[in-house]
Order: sequence, then structure tokens, then C-alpha cells
Amino acid sequence: MPSTKLLILGALAIGAISVTSPATATAVPDSITLNQNGKLYQPFSFDHAQHILLIKECSDCHHHTTGTLVLDPNCARCHQNSSPTAVVSCKGCHSSTPFSPETLAEKRAHKERFHQDKMGLKGAMHENCIGCHKKMGTGPAGCQDCHPRNAKGDAFYSADRKGAKPAHAKEH
Amino acid sequence: MKRRNFLKACLIGGTTVALGKTNKGWASGSFEGYPEAMGVLVDTTRCVGCRSCEAACNKEQSLPEPDTSFDDKSVFEEPRRPTAKAYTVVNEYEKKSPGGPVYRKMQCNHCNEPACLTSCFVNAYTKTKEGAVIYNSKVCVGCRNCMIACPFNVPGYDYDSVTNPVIKKCILCYDTRLKVGKPPACVEICPQEALTFGHRADLIKLAHERIRANPDRYYDHVYGEKEVGGTSWLYLSRTEFDKIGFDTTLNNEPIISNVKDFLGMVPMVLSIWPALFSGIHLLSKHDTQQEHGHDTESTQEDR
Repeated sequence: MPSTKLLILGALAIGAISVTSPATATAVPDSITLNQNGKLYQPFSFDHAQHILLIKECSDCHHHTTGTLVLDPNCARCHQNSSPTAVVSCKGCHSSTPFSPETLAEKRAHKERFHQDKMGLKGAMHENCIGCHKKMGTGPAGCQDCHPRNAKGDAFYSADRKGAKPAHAKEH
Repeated sequence: MKRRNFLKACLIGGTTVALGKTNKGWASGSFEGYPEAMGVLVDTTRCVGCRSCEAACNKEQSLPEPDTSFDDKSVFEEPRRPTAKAYTVVNEYEKKSPGGPVYRKMQCNHCNEPACLTSCFVNAYTKTKEGAVIYNSKVCVGCRNCMIACPFNVPGYDYDSVTNPVIKKCILCYDTRLKVGKPPACVEICPQEALTFGHRADLIKLAHERIRANPDRYYDHVYGEKEVGGTSWLYLSRTEFDKIGFDTTLNNEPIISNVKDFLGMVPMVLSIWPALFSGIHLLSKHDTQQEHGHDTESTQEDR
């Protein structure tokens, strides 16, 4: 009898794990579509799972927000034991409109804030991705290596003009 | 009589010189820039030389199609300067440096006390309270004094029209963006946030804070904070600024200071001197007439 009880308990436990594991999987996405509202470049899929495998330290990209150990000594001064934040995604902290009148006014109203020089969403992502890719000597670093340009983008960069005239045509 | 007149003239002359000196004193008060002026902080350590700012500027200002596409990196072979067809250009420096090349965006720096504005005798230039140095092509006569006066070689001249010559340069997107509080097109497009838009006073603090927090990343100087009396565009660099194409021989005094004393004299010379000298002339003429015509009277007076 006790063995059957144990079996049931064991089965329940396994069931509980199998229920919780998909829950954690949804919390940590395997892939994220970036540049969703891109006007000049196409949206693309970011392989989050691969980066977790490669980097391991969440704080390398997510700073202090995930509750894992913060390694940067400067950040650790305040965030040594800080708990995970409600929003972990980049856009939770980095504004997509860092220089709008509203953001600038809000910044001026909170001059006591330590993170005065927080980058905008676009800047933060590019610097984080390209910065690390260059440092590691691996991963895409060119504009179209991540997000191919769309037709509007081609027109914006006057792509059809490439080599139309020598680049150093003398100006007066 | 002659001696008395000479003394009189000396006295008046002396007063005028003294007045001239006071004029100088009034004129040399310096302008620190409008308190609410905006600006852009360029962190050259972040720039990757993508030239997106050039493309954005071209579209925003409806400039002619470029000679080559904006993703053509061959333009970096030779240093360029802003022209009437491209208000901003990115140049590449330190090409063989172990830390990789350094890119630097060039455009009008929007001086607090612009030399172009000082040099313009038809007042085509205005420094707006938002910090932009804008230009009115309707009054411009095409003398090109501003091109010579600019310490940064910025204004470009449009030769295409003989009848309507115009100077063209970056206006900080004043008409379309800055006026309504929006950042310039180049700032908005920059993928690396190498360009930070904000109040000039805040940006100066931000720049020094970046240097303090990362002393290994930056050379300890904010270019444009003090140069030629301060500019709306400010720069941070990894190396000495002269290595990435900046003129480090520029004085902290605004260019206008070189001519302020002289210009301060102009109204004085124009208003007082004609009256003064015609007065002296009339006096001496009057005396000669007196000496000739009323000899007896004057002898009596002298007694």
C-alpha cells in the first residue's frame, strides 16, 4: 500500500513539474520578434534561447532586472541584492521616444534620479547587440545582417544611386 | 585765439576718446547662450559610421539626390565637408588605430555667438531661443562673408542659380522639428544613439558625467562647451580632438570678441565724429572770418 501511495505522490509531483515547466517557458521566450514597427527595415526573429545557452549570465543583457547576480562593480553598489523587476524586457525601461518633449520634461522633473543618461530603446539594443558581437568577434554587426531593408528603406538610403557618380566628385 | 581753439579741440577730442573707451566696456559683455537652448551631444565613441544621419538629413531637408548611395563606405577615403547639397557629412579618422576607426559627424555647430551672424551685414542670420542658427535666403545678397567668418567651414554656397544665390547649411531642423520640440532628423535616425538631444545645459552635465564614469573610454574634454564662446553641438572623443579633425587652436572667446571693440566704435565714429569735426571746422572758419572782418573788435575783446 505505501508503495502505491508513493507512486501516486510521485506521479502527482511529475505532473506538477510538467505543468510548471511550460509556464516558465512562456515567461522566458525562446524567440522574440524585433523591429516590429520598423519603417525602413524588416522585422526579424531574435533567437533568445541560443543567447541564453551562449551567455548564461542574464545580467549581461538584462542588467539587474532578472534578479540574477549583477557582476558590474559599479551596478553592484546599489543592485547587489535587488529583487527582480516586474518587467524584464528592454522596452520596459528603455523609452522608444527618448528625445520627445514629454520624455525630456519628465527627465528634467526628476533630476535626483541616478540613471539620468539612460539610452533609448533603439540605441540600447543596437549598442548591446553590436557591442557584444564585436567584442566576441562573432554574430552579425552590419545593419542588414540582422534586419534586411525594405523598399522604403532602399529609397531612404538612395540605394539606386550607388556609384552613380564617383564618391569624391569635387564640390566648389 | 588759435591757441584757445586748439585747447578746446583737445578737450573735446579727449572726451570722445574717453567715451570710446566706455563704449568698449559696454560692448565686451559676453553672451552665455539662451537658458532654454537645445543642443546635441555627439559621442564619437558610439558612432559606427553608418551614414544614416546623412540620409535622414537629405530627406528631411529635401536636398538633391546624392552622388552615391548613403550606404557607400567609399566616401570615407577622403575627408569631406558640409556643402549646399549635404548639410551633414560623416568622416572617418584613426583608420589604422588598434581601437578601430573613429567616425565624426560634421554639420553647423550652432554657436552661442555665431560668427556668420556677426559677419552678415543684411542680418540674414538669427540665433533662435531654441538654439538654432537659422538663415533667411530672402535678404541674403550672396556676399559669402559668413563662409569666410565661420570657424568650422560650415556654410555651403548654392551656385546653381545665378539670380538667387543662397547659402545653405544645417538649421537644426528648425522649421520642421525643433520649433515644435522634436529632435532633429539625424538624432532620431541614429541607431547607436551617438547623438543625444536635450537642453544644452543638461547635455554638458551629461557629457562630464560620461567622462567621470568611464575615464578609460573618453578623452577628458567636451568640445563645444567653451570653444568660440560655446556651441549647441557638443562632442566627446576617445582621443585628442585634433586627431579626429577638430580645430583645437580655436579660442574660447567668441569670434565676435575680435571685432566687438571695433564695431562698438562704429556708432560713436558715425554719430559723434561728423558733428565734432564740422564743429571744429566751423569754429576755425569763423575765427578766420573774425580775424579778417572784425579786426578791431577782436583786439578789443583780447584786451
